[in-house]
Amino acid sequence: MTQTLATQEHVYLEAFRAFQRNGAVHDPAWVQALRQSAMDRFMELRFPTARRGNEEWKYTDVRPLAATPFPLPSSANAKPAPQEVRLATFGERTWHRLVLVDGQPAPDLSSLNGLPERVRVMGLAEAVTSAGDLVQSHLGCHAAHQSEAFAALNTAFLHHGAFVHVPDGVFLEQPIHLIFITTRGQQAAFHPRVLIVTGRDSSATVVESYLGLDNSRYFTNVVAEVALGRGSALKHYRIQRQSEASYHIATTQVNLTANSSFTNGAFDFGGGLVRNNLNVLVAEEGSNCALHGLYMPTGDQHVDNQVIIDHQVGHSDVKEVYKGILNGRARSVFHGSIIVQPHAAKVNATQEDKNLLLSPEAEADTKPAFWIYCDDVKCGHGAACGQIDPDALFYLRSRGLSEAAAKGLLVRGFAAGILDAIQVESLRKHVNSIVSARLEEWLGQEA
Amino acid sequence: MTTTPQVQESNKEVKAALRQEYKYGFVTEVEAETAPRGLSEDTVRFISEKKREPEWMLQWRLRAYRHFMTLLARDQHPRWAHLRYPEIDFQNIICYSAPKQKRKLNSLDEVDPELLKTYEKLGISLAEQKRLAGVAVDAIFDSVSIATTFKEELAKRGVIFCAMSEAIQDHPELVRKYLGSVVPYSDNFYAALNAAVFSDGSFCYIPKGVRCPYELTTYFRINTQDVGQFERTLIVAEEGAYVSYLEGCSAPMFDTNQLHAAVVELITLDNAQIKYSTIQNWYPGDAQGMGGVYNFVTKRGKCQGRNSRISWTQVETGSAITWKYPSVLLQGDGSIGEFYSVALTKGYQQADTGTKMTHIGKNTRSTVIAKTISAEQGEGTYRGLVKVMPSAENAWNFTQCDSLLIGDRCGAHTTPYVEVRNNTAHLEHEAFTSRVSEEQLFYCNQRGIGLEEAHALIINGFCREVFKQLPLEFAVEATRLLEMNLEGTVG
Repeated sequence: MTQTLATQEHVYLEAFRAFQRNGAVHDPAWVQALRQSAMDRFMELRFPTARRGNEEWKYTDVRPLAATPFPLPSSANAKPAPQEVRLATFGERTWHRLVLVDGQPAPDLSSLNGLPERVRVMGLAEAVTSAGDLVQSHLGCHAAHQSEAFAALNTAFLHHGAFVHVPDGVFLEQPIHLIFITTRGQQAAFHPRVLIVTGRDSSATVVESYLGLDNSRYFTNVVAEVALGRGSALKHYRIQRQSEASYHIATTQVNLTANSSFTNGAFDFGGGLVRNNLNVLVAEEGSNCALHGLYMPTGDQHVDNQVIIDHQVGHSDVKEVYKGILNGRARSVFHGSIIVQPHAAKVNATQEDKNLLLSPEAEADTKPAFWIYCDDVKCGHGAACGQIDPDALFYLRSRGLSEAAAKGLLVRGFAAGILDAIQVESLRKHVNSIVSARLEEWLGQEA
Repeated sequence: MTTTPQVQESNKEVKAALRQEYKYGFVTEVEAETAPRGLSEDTVRFISEKKREPEWMLQWRLRAYRHFMTLLARDQHPRWAHLRYPEIDFQNIICYSAPKQKRKLNSLDEVDPELLKTYEKLGISLAEQKRLAGVAVDAIFDSVSIATTFKEELAKRGVIFCAMSEAIQDHPELVRKYLGSVVPYSDNFYAALNAAVFSDGSFCYIPKGVRCPYELTTYFRINTQDVGQFERTLIVAEEGAYVSYLEGCSAPMFDTNQLHAAVVELITLDNAQIKYSTIQNWYPGDAQGMGGVYNFVTKRGKCQGRNSRISWTQVETGSAITWKYPSVLLQGDGSIGEFYSVALTKGYQQADTGTKMTHIGKNTRSTVIAKTISAEQGEGTYRGLVKVMPSAENAWNFTQCDSLLIGDRCGAHTTPYVEVRNNTAHLEHEAFTSRVSEEQLFYCNQRGIGLEEAHALIINGFCREVFKQLPLEFAVEATRLLEMNLEGTVG
C-alpha cells in the first residue's frame, strides 16, 4: 500500500502569520525575531517524515501527525470541573501551582501566593516582559530549534507557558507544580513553552503534569529549557496523562553547569503517539544526573523515549534507567545515547532499558548507544526484554495468590525501582496509585 | 595520568621500535590479465566470458548490474555507518584480474614459483600444509583459484570444495539453487556490485550426514594495484552435515585504497552446522592514514532447517575501513546463531561491524559476543540488531558488546538495536566501555610484568571468549596477530 499523505507545514505557516498579526504584536522585538527565525527554520526542516535514512525517527512514524492540519486553539475558555482540577493537582494544597488550561494561563486555578521571596513562578508571556533580561539570556538558547523541527515549531509559536526562577542560595521546600490541562473536545495544536532557571547553590523540585480530560485528538508540542546554576540541585518530574488519541511531542533540554545535580523522572501513561526528547548537555565538570523513566502504554499507544546525554567535559556521573510495561498492541521505543567528547575524561555512565511485555501483540524496540571519544571513562549499558517469569508466577500461584494478584505483584516489583527513585514522597504515592489503577484495569481488580 | 621520565622514555622507544611496517606488504610480480578500468555492461560481459559462464549466470550478473546502476544513479550509497571515507569512483576501479595461465595445473610443482613464494612469506606454504596440517587449502590469488588440494579425499566423502567458477561449470544445479538465496543481488549496494562483477570465490557443499573431515581454508590475497576484489562464497550444509571453514587474509601494501566487496552465503538444512571463522589482516594504510583496504562485506547465513546452527567468529585487525555484519536468519525451529568478534582499530583505521540476528522460527537462540578495541586514532563501532519476529515463540538472545579504549584520541561506539515483537522472547543485552583498568595494570607491574606485556595480557583476557571459539591453530595466530598489532600503541 502506498500512502502519500501531504504534510501540512503550510497550515502552520498560515497560523503563524495570523498569530503574528493578532496576539503577538506587543511582545519585545527579540521574541518576535526569535519566532520568525524559528518559523523560517521549521519551513526548511519540515516534519521528520522520511522513512529511509531517518535514524532519529526510525521507529516512530510522524506522517499521520504531519498530515493533520491542526489549527491553533480557539480562545473560548472551557473550565475543568473541580474534581478534574483535583485529578490534575493530586489534591496537593501546599505545592506551588501554575495551571494552564488549553494553552492559556488560568490564574484562578493557580496558587502561587506562598512562594518565598525572590522565587518567581509565572506564565511565560508575563515573564517575557517582567523578567526580560533573565528570560532573554536563556529562552531559545538551549533547545535546538535550529536542527529539530518540533523545537522550531514550538519556538515559532512561543507565547504561553511557564517560567520558573529559583535565585542563588534558595532552598525551596515545596514542589512547584506546572499543570497543563487539555479540556474536552480539543482538536488544536498546543505549543507550551517552559523555562526553568536555577541560581547558584539553589535547590528545587519541579513537577510538570500534562492531563487530558477526554479522548480527543489534539497535538501537544512542548519544549522545556532547563538551565541549572553552579552547585544547584533540581528534581524534575514529568507526568503525562493526555488523551490516548493525541500526539504528544516533548523536548526537554537541560544544561548542567559545574557541580550541579539533575534528577529526572519521566512517567508516560497517556498519549497516542508520544515522543520525548530528553537532552542533557554536560557543559561543566562535576555534575551528576539521574534519569528515570516508566512508560505503560496499552491499546495502540506508541511511546518513544529518546535520551541523549552529551558530555562536553568530564568528571561527571550519569545514571539512566528506563522501564516499560507494555499491554495490548502497544509499542515502545527507547533510544539512549551517551556521548563522551574528546578529553571529557572521568565520565561514569550507566544506561539501562528494560521492557516487560504483557501481551503477545506488544512490541518493544530498544537502542542503547554509546559514542565515546575518550579513553578514561567507565560506561555500561544493559537492555532486557521479556514476559513475566512463568516460574515466579507459578511460585506465587502455589502460595495461593490469584493469577491477577500474582501478576500484579511481579509487575509492581518490576516497576518499583523507578517509583522508588521519586524523591518526593507524596508524588511517589500519586504516581504509584496511577500505576496501580492502570494495572487493575489490565489484569483485574485483584492486581 | 602522570608517568615518570623513564617510563616516558621507554614508551618512546617502544613506539619507535614498534611503529613497524606492515609485515605482509609486497607485490608479487606475476603477469595478470586485467579487465579495463571502470564498470559497464561490457565489464560484466568480459568477466562472464572469461569464466566461460553459462547464459543464466550472465543474465543474473546483468540484472544485478542494472540494479546496482539504479542504486548508483539514485545516489544510494550506504552512508549510515559511522565511517568517513571519500566517495568511491566506480569508474576508476579494475573489477577483474586473473593471473595468466597457459594451461591447467596438475600439481603444486607446476604453480608459478613466484606465487608459492608469496604464500611462504605469508607463512602458509601450501606444500607444508598439504603434508602436515591436514588442511585442505583453496588459495585464491587475486581472482582465480590456482591450486586446490585434498580434493580427492574430500571427493570420496562427497564433499564438494572448489572455486566458485568451477562450481558454476561442474555443479550448475547446486549453484543455481542456492546462489543469491540468502543474499539476493538486491540486498544492498555492495551486494549488488558483487553479484554483477564477482570474480571468484569458494563453493562448498557438504552432503547429507557428512562431517567434513578437514577444516576447510581459503586464503584471500589482493594483488594487482587498484583491483576491486569481489569474492563470492557459498557454503551449503545438507541435513546433519558439519563443516568448519576458515578464511584468512592479508594484502600487499598500496597507496590507493583498494575496494573489497565480498559476499558470503551460508545455508544449513535440518540439524546441520557451519562454523565460519575469519582472520582479517588486510593492509590498514600507513601511519598517516593513507591507503589501505576498504572492506565492505555482506555475510549472512540462513538456518533453514530445524535445529541447525551457524556460527561466525571473526578477528578483524586489518583494513582501513571495515563495513561488515555477519548475520544469521534463524528460520528453522530450534536453530542457533552465534557471533563472536574481536575488532581492533589503530592508526587511522575505522571499523563499523556487528551482526544481525533475525529470529523467525520457534525456540531459536542466538549469542552475540563482540569486543571492540580502539587504539591511537582508531574508530571502532559495534552495530548490531537482534530482531524477534511475531512467529518466534520462546526466542532467546544474549548479547555482550564491550569496548576497550587505549589512548585519548581513539573512539569506541556501540549502537545495538533490539526489536522484539513476541512477548515470549527473552533477551539480555549488556555492554561496557572503559580503558584498561589501572588496578589490573598495577597488579601486573607489581609482579614484575612490564606495561606493554601487561596490556597484552589484559587484552588477551578481554578477547578470550572470542579466541576460544577459533580452531586451535587460528587461535594461536589470532593471539599473535593482536599482540603484534597492539605493539607500540601503549604509553
